[in-house]
Amino acid sequence: MAVLETRGINLEIEGSKILNGLTAEFWSGYVHAVIGPNGAGKSSLAGTIMGLKRYRKIEGQILFDGEDITDLTADKRAERGITMAWQEPARFEGLKVHKFIGCGNNNSSRKKIAAVLEKVGLEPEEYIDRAVDDTLSGGERKRIELASILLMQPRLVLLDEPDSGIDVGALEKIFDAIQYMKDQGITVILITHSMTVLNHADHAFLLCDGKIIDKGTPEKIGRFFREKCMPCRDHDAHEIKEEK
Amino acid sequence: MTTDIVDNLYKSLGGVCRPTSEDEAHIEVHGNKVVGANLVEGLEVDVREKTRSVEADFVLKEGTVLKGPVILCFGLLNRQGQQKIELDISIEKGAEADFQAYCTFPNARDVLHEMDAQITVGENARYSYFERHIHGQSGGVNVVPRANVEIKQGGRFATEFELIRGAVGRIDIDYNIDCHAYGVFEMLARISGRNDDEIIITEAGHLLGEESRGVLTSHIAVQDRASAVVNNELIANAAFSRGHVDCKEIVQDEAVARAVPIVEVNHPRAHVTHEAAIGSVDSKQLETLMSRGLSEEAAVDLIIEGMLS
Repeated sequence: MAVLETRGINLEIEGSKILNGLTAEFWSGYVHAVIGPNGAGKSSLAGTIMGLKRYRKIEGQILFDGEDITDLTADKRAERGITMAWQEPARFEGLKVHKFIGCGNNNSSRKKIAAVLEKVGLEPEEYIDRAVDDTLSGGERKRIELASILLMQPRLVLLDEPDSGIDVGALEKIFDAIQYMKDQGITVILITHSMTVLNHADHAFLLCDGKIIDKGTPEKIGRFFREKCMPCRDHDAHEIKEEK
Repeated sequence: MTTDIVDNLYKSLGGVCRPTSEDEAHIEVHGNKVVGANLVEGLEVDVREKTRSVEADFVLKEGTVLKGPVILCFGLLNRQGQQKIELDISIEKGAEADFQAYCTFPNARDVLHEMDAQITVGENARYSYFERHIHGQSGGVNVVPRANVEIKQGGRFATEFELIRGAVGRIDIDYNIDCHAYGVFEMLARISGRNDDEIIITEAGHLLGEESRGVLTSHIAVQDRASAVVNNELIANAAFSRGHVDCKEIVQDEAVARAVPIVEVNHPRAHVTHEAAIGSVDSKQLETLMSRGLSEEAAVDLIIEGMLS
């Protein structure tokens, strides 16, 4: 059963067509991947589903649990259970980790915050009172952002390039968190161009020029993506990386 | 009677800063009347009530290291009135002290609070001064703090000014610092203005001696029709002196902010940098918090709270 539907989404920014009649159904409790080359419109799709300001002027419809949420702002969509993690998480000067993580849950406590920090592989004592600023690496901020999502207990999570800027050890923690979300029945949409990330999905969409051009198993979509979408150099580099 | 006033002053500050031990030095001043005091060994204090001011001289004797902070509680509980504090603070060679000043004007409609301070930080001495203001919501306070600070060789001076609770009203800070060889100073102002608040910060730091160091930092948030002008000046005159000016201002609604950082280097081996960032709340920060369910207004408040923390 689809928890989220996009129907004929058209998005144009500064005269460029970004999403082009995009229609898709995201089934409840699944880990979906949206894969595609750079510039395909993946992050714009995530922003459109989340209702970010830049992506609000669209044609078409977005349904969440059958409710039309097209005109809702990001905070109203979050109230209904949609949330998002960015490719490059924001820095918040002076804002403490515990305050940031706790802001999406009215019943947060230090104990609960410590628990979600542990889930993403960060030592609570070391991080809970630090600021979410540039004293933390991009990878640390990414995991803190994920911890904030875990505490929020959403129904649908958009993860934009969850592996970018993450070292190999930390990547396992990210994948563990994705599996944990799936076990909790949370629908996950992975926005990616990485085969490694794709392999953690149950179902995949191939996005090109703002359109879904294929969907199916990650193996099928991955094969097509590798053979048809990735430029040779990227393809070779990727294969070398995958073999490692 | 004076006990009631002291109680009410601390109550208006939330009570948390009230000294609890006999070992802590403190002075409470309501308007231009001294209403409470406790002194400790090694700290000489001479307080004189004048018609329109209170003069207080503090001398921390050479080599004395105070265990706890010296608490200064200044305020006026009346709606109208004037308070002027004239401070002369001398931290002698090798001495160390932390002063915390809490200034409260909870009912102000038309109140003038002035402070004139002459501060001397002796050779290899250390002095930190934290000042927190808590105002009512009416904005009827005019705060005018002035200070001249001299930091002798190897001395260290740190000051922090905070006004983030209640309406600013008008504040006009003017600090001047002369820092001699191997001396260090850090100045931080954190102020949040709303409605028609007016914020003026003028700070001048002079790095006069070799290897002296100085940082001037201002974090200001203005909303509604509030205005802020930050004039930070750092002048380096000696070899290996180093300085930095940092001004961050968040502007919302019809508020106006201006930063005028001036850096001047008069020695080829000195180095001074500055950065100023003025603008609205970062959109990615805002969207991140909104995607956790915070309204735009709550998200802005949290971002500002972080910047001013």
